Amino acid sequence: MLCDDCGKNPATIKFTQIVNNKKTVLHLCRDCAEKRGLKEAISNVSFSLGDLFAGMTKEKSDKVEGEKAEILCPGCGHSFAEFQKIGKLGCGICYETFSSQLKDLLRRIHGSNQHVGKSPPQLTPKMELKREVRKLREDLRKAIESEEFEKAAELRDRIRELNKGS
Amino acid sequence: MFNLNDLKEKLATWLDGSGPHPDLVLSSRVRLARNLKGFPFVHYANKDQLNQILVTVREGVKDFWPSQDGLFLQMDSLSDLDKDFLVERHLSSPGFGREREGGGLFVGEGEEVSIIVNEEDHIRIQVIKSGFQPQTAWEIADQTDDQLSRGMEFSFSERFGYLTACPTNTGTGLRASVLIHLPGLVLTNDINKVLKGVSQVGFVVRGFYGEGTNVLGNLFQISNQTTLGRSEEEIIENLERITQQVISYEEKARETLIKDARDQIEDKIWRAYGILRNARLLTSQEVMNLLSALRLGLGMGVISSLSLLTINQLLLLTQPAHLQKRLNRVIDAPERDLERAALVRKKLSKGEEDGWNVQ
Repeated sequence: MLCDDCGKNPATIKFTQIVNNKKTVLHLCRDCAEKRGLKEAISNVSFSLGDLFAGMTKEKSDKVEGEKAEILCPGCGHSFAEFQKIGKLGCGICYETFSSQLKDLLRRIHGSNQHVGKSPPQLTPKMELKREVRKLREDLRKAIESEEFEKAAELRDRIRELNKGS
Repeated sequence: MFNLNDLKEKLATWLDGSGPHPDLVLSSRVRLARNLKGFPFVHYANKDQLNQILVTVREGVKDFWPSQDGLFLQMDSLSDLDKDFLVERHLSSPGFGREREGGGLFVGEGEEVSIIVNEEDHIRIQVIKSGFQPQTAWEIADQTDDQLSRGMEFSFSERFGYLTACPTNTGTGLRASVLIHLPGLVLTNDINKVLKGVSQVGFVVRGFYGEGTNVLGNLFQISNQTTLGRSEEEIIENLERITQQVISYEEKARETLIKDARDQIEDKIWRAYGILRNARLLTSQEVMNLLSALRLGLGMGVISSLSLLTINQLLLLTQPAHLQKRLNRVIDAPERDLERAALVRKKLSKGEEDGWNVQ
């Protein structure tokens, strides 16, 4: 949800006001909330994930800001500073745009910044092949357990064939 | 096609008490976070974009999920009570459908597979299985992910894996967890040692119900903390290994209890049974703690007159939104306590009439 005031930044503060039994709810970004003088309301927003990330990436981003005013993601138009405020990235392209800061942050969070798991099947036919082989191996194990040797031999040949292709 | 009201009469499959170690591990859950390429993440998307995402997923789901087998819910059209009801069934999160518009939820037959659209990420695939079977849950989630990926392109990079709104989910986007009942370790005061040990190997344990240190019903959730740098299989295997270890600690704690304090434990269990059979007012917290004693009694062979299914049914049916859905109206807390106690008495005495002997 975008901020009710500026309509530009994502709303991170929900401000509920009750005057004469009438309830109004405003969704505001931090800047606009500050403009409205809701300092007190903001200070009650304790410990956000964004603050935590900002702490973890402080050094790097200060450096970047010193060199250049601010890099905006070409995908969504948001800056790394905004991510640090809100704790959510803008889009998938942010990962390329802020790659150097994120490599550091991801390593701190996960102890690694290199993905080793699954990839979308259409991107990696090889991975799908591996998976197929894994499944066949499992079938083979079951076939042997249940003493279906004819089926097991068939499966074994099929696995060999697939492995040759890769 | 079934609708939301059909769910209230049914017990979710993941609570049917099947699978390995069902008295200890209530359920195993796997969640995969995915985002569509070409759209900003949910927090930055406008209404139009959120709607397009929902339509894209809906089309994709149609290809492999016949509509008669599933339920599609547009969160914006649901009442607060229905939203709470879905949270109690573990199909939704408390903020979903409240913080933002454009949310959608697909629920498959038996509620084992569900797809949440426009929560924190565009897509979250969730699979819940009864008992201790993370591997099976992962296999189903993996398959659903493959099927879904045929109709749409996910945001993915070779370096960082699946790209998510929050960097704590980046990589596999996989969160795997078990919901585990640990009354023995709580009673022997060993629970904190175990929890600390688990957190040292990259897993998180938290009380499933209740807040902070006030863990209700001795139910804990163990889940992986990191999603990047390890394969899905490795994460699942680690979860299984750690859970297996915790199970053996719990079993040992129970042996100690039987050896050193048999009378006290049996008394605790039968008292819980007595209260549940006779009380006229019950809060949901009290029920949860008393059901924990019954579950322990069943696991230790102290009570044999009850089925795990009845305990699981009560765990779900006594929660606030379930009580209200059952009565088809919104009722306040004091009246809920009255209705809750009545429901529990009915369920437990019905069991006996059905021919279950009380020891």
